[in-house]
Amino acid sequence: MVEVKNINKSFAGTQVLYDVSAKFEPGRMNLIIGASGQGKSVMAKCIVGLHEVDEGQVIYDGRDFSAMNRKQRTEIRKEIGMLFQGSALFDSLSVIENVMFPLRMFTNKTEEEMRERAAFCLNRVNIIGKDNLLPAECSGGMQKRIGIARAIAMNPKYLFCDEPNSGLDPKTSIVIDNLIRELTYEYKMTTIVITHDMNSVMEVGDHIIFINQGRKAWEGSNKEIIRTDNEEVISFVYASSFMKNLREKLINS
Amino acid sequence: MNLFDHIGRFIIMLRSVFTKPEKWKVFRKRFFNEVDYIVINSIPLVAFLSVFMGAVISLQTASNMSSPLLPEYTIGYITRQSTILEFSPTIISLIIAGKVGSNIASEIGTMRVTEQIDALEIMGVNSIGYLMLPKILATMIFFPFVVIVSMTLSLIGGWIAGVQSGLYTTETYVLGIQAFWYEDADGLYYALTKTIVFAFLLTAIPSYYGYYTRGGALEVGRSSTKAVVASSVAILLANYVLTQLILI
Repeated sequence: MVEVKNINKSFAGTQVLYDVSAKFEPGRMNLIIGASGQGKSVMAKCIVGLHEVDEGQVIYDGRDFSAMNRKQRTEIRKEIGMLFQGSALFDSLSVIENVMFPLRMFTNKTEEEMRERAAFCLNRVNIIGKDNLLPAECSGGMQKRIGIARAIAMNPKYLFCDEPNSGLDPKTSIVIDNLIRELTYEYKMTTIVITHDMNSVMEVGDHIIFINQGRKAWEGSNKEIIRTDNEEVISFVYASSFMKNLREKLINS
Repeated sequence: MNLFDHIGRFIIMLRSVFTKPEKWKVFRKRFFNEVDYIVINSIPLVAFLSVFMGAVISLQTASNMSSPLLPEYTIGYITRQSTILEFSPTIISLIIAGKVGSNIASEIGTMRVTEQIDALEIMGVNSIGYLMLPKILATMIFFPFVVIVSMTLSLIGGWIAGVQSGLYTTETYVLGIQAFWYEDADGLYYALTKTIVFAFLLTAIPSYYGYYTRGGALEVGRSSTKAVVASSVAILLANYVLTQLILI
């Protein structure tokens, strides 16, 4: 489980996060949602340690990550997998080398064992026969799947996905969402997804945290978000008239 | 950020550069890749420049030697001294700073803006050490050999140009090359010491600018330009300081 307690974060005097607390349970799809510029990516970066929190704690299964030094954090980071918005695959490495990278850096596996594990991870995300392609030769959806394969290569306990659907068509987005959900349930990972994609929210949101102006404005599940009367959530989730009508129909039915 | 902020951040960065690599096997592979990429790939350009610069140095020296009191072998002597003391270590370093510096800054800068550096950090890799140490060490260790090649080719260029145009004979030129060598041999150590310092500057400074790039493609381009300017200025300043310290 990942827990954040009263985290505050500011940049050059501008406060971005205000006293945010949340618990993210393993084996569930935990979503952090919110409009652009509201602090959800900053929150995720604070959780993984890319930004230092000004105040508050980030706790990984009872271990206070925010109080650790670099060396201690490295040990926890080996348990973290992350899928980046732009996939962040290493340009100069082939598909299979990208997936083998964490294994090469942190395990003593033989070349054959690493290849076997990487092939298994790629197979798991339905990337077959593309081992020697460079990331630039792969489509956006493929790059995301390779990013997921790299993220799960070390069997992580925690999986972070930063806007996994950005730049993807709705059909591919659902494929990626379902893949992340399957892996989360299968490996009982603590998965945290940062998104503002409403399809994802409705499709896979087991536990949703809504961030607005740096504050946790709402918390619930995808079932609850339909019927919530929280004005901030309604104005974000049901921004278009189509969505508003849809909500009314759902509630009335 | 002012100059002192940059210097402070650069020094803090260096503490992370010179740390033990996570995996020696990976470091070794990256180290030799960088030797190939930065050093070996620079040899054709260095060779071309050295031959022609050596030729021009000797021709200009010959054309300006109007006094009958100066022996003819002075041309070879001046070509040798100019090449060893300044041209090969300093001018070649400046040219390589332009070629390699922009490359390094844009490579690391692109990795920064496409979150590849964040990906390294999340995995628990010391991204500064992983990206910069192989580049810096490879250049510091092997760049002096490139400069020695440059010195040799520059002297050959001077010989070809002079003999070809009939300004001096091979014997006179070789006599000039050998003249006062025992007194001047220290100049070679001075040149190679400078080269090692310049090699550090021409890789560490662009790495710094690349690593701290923020934004997108435009900022990567700006970082690349700043890296070349800053490393060239640093090389010239270091050249002055080292000359004062070692030669004077």
